[in-house]
Amino acid sequence: MDFLRIQPIHLDVLREIGNIGAGHAATALSTMLNKAVDMKVPSVNVISFEEISEMVGGAENVVASVFLRIVGDAPGCMFFMLPVEQAEKLLEDLLVGQTVDLTKEDESDISLSALQEVGNILSGSYLTSFSDFTGLNLQPSVPATSIDMAGAILSFGLLEISTVSDYAIVIDTAFTDIERQDEVKGHFFLLPDPLSFSKIFHALGVPLDE
Amino acid sequence: MSEIIKVGIADINLVSPPNTIRTTGLGSCVGVILFDQVKKIAGMAHIMLPDSSLSKTSMLNEGKYADTAIKSLYDMLIKSGANGKGLKAKIAGGAQMFKFTSGSEMMRIGPRNVERVIEELSALKIPLLASDVGGSSGRTIEFNPENTLLTIKTVNAGTKVI
Repeated sequence: MDFLRIQPIHLDVLREIGNIGAGHAATALSTMLNKAVDMKVPSVNVISFEEISEMVGGAENVVASVFLRIVGDAPGCMFFMLPVEQAEKLLEDLLVGQTVDLTKEDESDISLSALQEVGNILSGSYLTSFSDFTGLNLQPSVPATSIDMAGAILSFGLLEISTVSDYAIVIDTAFTDIERQDEVKGHFFLLPDPLSFSKIFHALGVPLDE
Repeated sequence: MSEIIKVGIADINLVSPPNTIRTTGLGSCVGVILFDQVKKIAGMAHIMLPDSSLSKTSMLNEGKYADTAIKSLYDMLIKSGANGKGLKAKIAGGAQMFKFTSGSEMMRIGPRNVERVIEELSALKIPLLASDVGGSSGRTIEFNPENTLLTIKTVNAGTKVI
């Protein structure tokens, strides 16, 4: 893909996808937790593979993540990613009365599947609004969860892109718990496959100049 | 004062004592270390994909693909005075971070990377002394060219030295 053909308007369009998608997801999260969830203005960046890991605290930083493939008209990858401690807090809010320790193997089964379900609901609402907004047919794959190094997890979502480029367009939306304003709770990363960009731009009426 | 040489994704670098060389967050990627124990020079590549034929761009990043990365790492080491016949290898990585029932070929990229690395090494007649591959854990690896030990750290499966 030729990133040079991408104009500011295209980045704006992608930012709007992040805005609407994550907005719906944040509402879903807020309903699930029965408390207010705040969302940051999405950022859309053309960044190197190294920099993507930096966005979540470096390649070695341990994160809880839910990953899914987007299939349909504009395939891509989607990650819902948050620091392990934050994931534990979120799950404790959800599984009332339980102490969650995601790093323990034995106890983690129910919490892992709860995490997967959270990821499923959030990314589902993100993707539905993305699909409605663009009129593109998009479906999520069954989500997969992993608690591991951010770099190891994210590089998996970069494989498709890496065949055409050393850079990726990342639509990142961070969100926070309104009571704990200072800390970022999690990230949604949307990584469309290289060929999906022209489809997305076309669907939204801002085709790339040929 | 020794320092740690960093190797990024799809990157290649060389090292000699007292420095060590390190790459972080290997998932399905494979870290390949070639070293000459006598001349005490080593290099590491962090490869993402098995074969450069997967590339859909005219600008080929050699460090990204197993076939091109190992060749250029080999050439870099020879240029820096390593003895081609004395080179040995250690590898780590190639995990499957996520399991899908209906996985495409891209999904089992870890094992494919490992297979291809082993093929490339045997084509260059470089003995593979040790490996820590597969599984479903991310790895951070650090190689010390002085004692040729490779330290592998994981989140879920502890630390080991090969």
